[in-house]
Amino acid sequence: MILVQLIDYLRARLKYVNRVCYVVLAGVAVWGSLVAYDSHHAHTAMEKWPFFWSIFGFLACAIIIVVSKWYGHSGVMTREDYYDD
Amino acid sequence: MIDFWLHPAFILGVGALLLPFMQNPVIRRPFLIAVPLLTFLQVIVVNGTPGTFGVVNWMDWYLTFGRVDNLSIIFGFIMSLMCCVGTIYGLHVKNPYEHMAAWLYVSGSLGAIYCGDYLVLFLFWELMAFSSVFLIWFRKREQSLKVGYRYLLVHTAGGLFLLAGFVLRYHATGGDYSFGQLDVDHPTLYTYLIAIGLILNAAVPPFHSWLPDAYGEATVTGSVFMCAFTTKTAIYAMARSLAGFDILIPMGVIMALYGVVYAVLENDARRLLAWHIISQVGYMVTGVGIGTALAINGTCAHAFAHILYKGLLFMGTGSVLYMTGKSKFSELGGLYKKMPWTFVFTMIGGLSISAWPLFSGFVSKSMIVAAAFSEHIMWAGFLLTLASAGTFLHTGLKVPYYIWFGKNNCSEETWEKAQDPPLNMMFAMGIASFLCFLIGVYLPFMYDMLPFPWAEYHPYTAYHLAETLQILCFTALGFFLLLSKLTPEPKISIDLDWFYRKGGNLFLWVDSVVFQTVDNWVGRIWDKVGIMPLMVISNFWSWFDWNGIDGVVDGVARGVRGLGDQVRRLQSGQIQNNIYFAATVLTIAIIAYVFA
Repeated sequence: MILVQLIDYLRARLKYVNRVCYVVLAGVAVWGSLVAYDSHHAHTAMEKWPFFWSIFGFLACAIIIVVSKWYGHSGVMTREDYYDD
Repeated sequence: MIDFWLHPAFILGVGALLLPFMQNPVIRRPFLIAVPLLTFLQVIVVNGTPGTFGVVNWMDWYLTFGRVDNLSIIFGFIMSLMCCVGTIYGLHVKNPYEHMAAWLYVSGSLGAIYCGDYLVLFLFWELMAFSSVFLIWFRKREQSLKVGYRYLLVHTAGGLFLLAGFVLRYHATGGDYSFGQLDVDHPTLYTYLIAIGLILNAAVPPFHSWLPDAYGEATVTGSVFMCAFTTKTAIYAMARSLAGFDILIPMGVIMALYGVVYAVLENDARRLLAWHIISQVGYMVTGVGIGTALAINGTCAHAFAHILYKGLLFMGTGSVLYMTGKSKFSELGGLYKKMPWTFVFTMIGGLSISAWPLFSGFVSKSMIVAAAFSEHIMWAGFLLTLASAGTFLHTGLKVPYYIWFGKNNCSEETWEKAQDPPLNMMFAMGIASFLCFLIGVYLPFMYDMLPFPWAEYHPYTAYHLAETLQILCFTALGFFLLLSKLTPEPKISIDLDWFYRKGGNLFLWVDSVVFQTVDNWVGRIWDKVGIMPLMVISNFWSWFDWNGIDGVVDGVARGVRGLGDQVRRLQSGQIQNNIYFAATVLTIAIIAYVFA
């Protein structure tokens, strides 16, 4: 199947794929913050900061992972047969 | 003119009852396709003529089965459409009772959507609970029975709250049992009771634990149905009766974040999706709480989109479970070579729920966030946006990565079994994928059905695109940088169901240890303190009975018996003695007669 071949092709060239992804990320951040920026749609002053939504996206992801894992390892996560006792 | 109104639920209900007689595969498959399709067509027909229909007079009650208005039209449409997709997905299922349960479940949903009063709502509400539980039990695992009973108990409790609420309302209002907007600005006890009944079905914390418990355990096809109908029917009922109820805004936002947190910890793909139902329904609950035209439109649009993309996601992960027997990330991985089409379809569901441009979530979810910002509820707007990053993190990245890529944790057997599922399952996923895309690119398809058409919303603005793409792309960056922290752990997470799952054990412990001990001690004390005086008193009354009561009553008897004994002694059996006694008695009698 073409899709499988394409995935294999990209996996074999992961270094280049990563570079392309970083370029795309930079492009999105610049385009979103400088080119497509329209202050009329901003709801708060914060949103007018450059790269606000890029930073928001990254921090949101990091906070969710770190806080959730901390919460889970604080005693919430337990063995799978916990309720079988 | 005869007022004949054919309820779409009636078609599905009759079809469900006939299903067990359709054992022949030649008849069964066309029947399985025809009945939901006819139901869907009938929904389109009834949606064409808004009004009130199917009013039945029963014991001084006027029960309204058919209220067709702006709100019921969109929900009726998507529910019946999802029934078609779900049934196609389950065409291979041979157990007719599983289809029967699913159809009765959808009938309950359609009945609740088109009803006009609380009595009919309650009837169909309970039908949903009592039919959907079989979709769990038909998994036939050891734990399925327990999960099913827990599901049933929780929903029965929710139904009782609803019942208590509308009965109190009936008395308080002097006989109003119509199912409409409640006075949420001046809530009373019955408002809260009805709200609890509804939010329990919407899985709003703290009444949410039944959802991952049940949807993670349901059959492959069952979970596709369950993920669509219960919570979204509840959202419909809330939009109908609780619009603008302020307390729902914080509850919805907490719900959106709560589901995201537990999804990080989850190792089972279907349970992870279940946690994300809680998160996504949180947006809808917030929308109901905001209550403006834009917010209610957003709630309806998001429910519409959610039913399809969540159904698609459950179909994708269900296909993996169906083919491999596994649903835990720690037992899967690297399957893109074996199940590429399933990966594509699941990815479309993931992009849709993550609100990527061109997919359904982009044009629905943002409407609720925009409504929060436009009402200057900034904290809600930002927190819902934060939760949307979590949605992409899990459903768009974690699920595909750990099933189709990542470390291959498959056993040899799992790897051998893995391949794309049967054609009917692929076809159903194809339809759902197409609809997710259609909603995202052709706005009138969904927007024209929204209840407030004048509350316009334009999702494809440059700012919205820029905002969304930045959030999603940088969430992906965070995912890959923190990938090591997301490695699935074969564990479960304790949630609020602990209270009734371990609480049940506590009840047993209290019963067997505390109450049993107390009972033993009371027994011993009773032996010493209670039984002894009782025996003394009892002995006295026994003596009194024998010598007192019986002395009088039985004394007569004893006297008669003694006389009889004396008389018996006279009867010696010798003729000369008998003649002697007879002559003596006769002589005494003659003397007495002569001298008397």
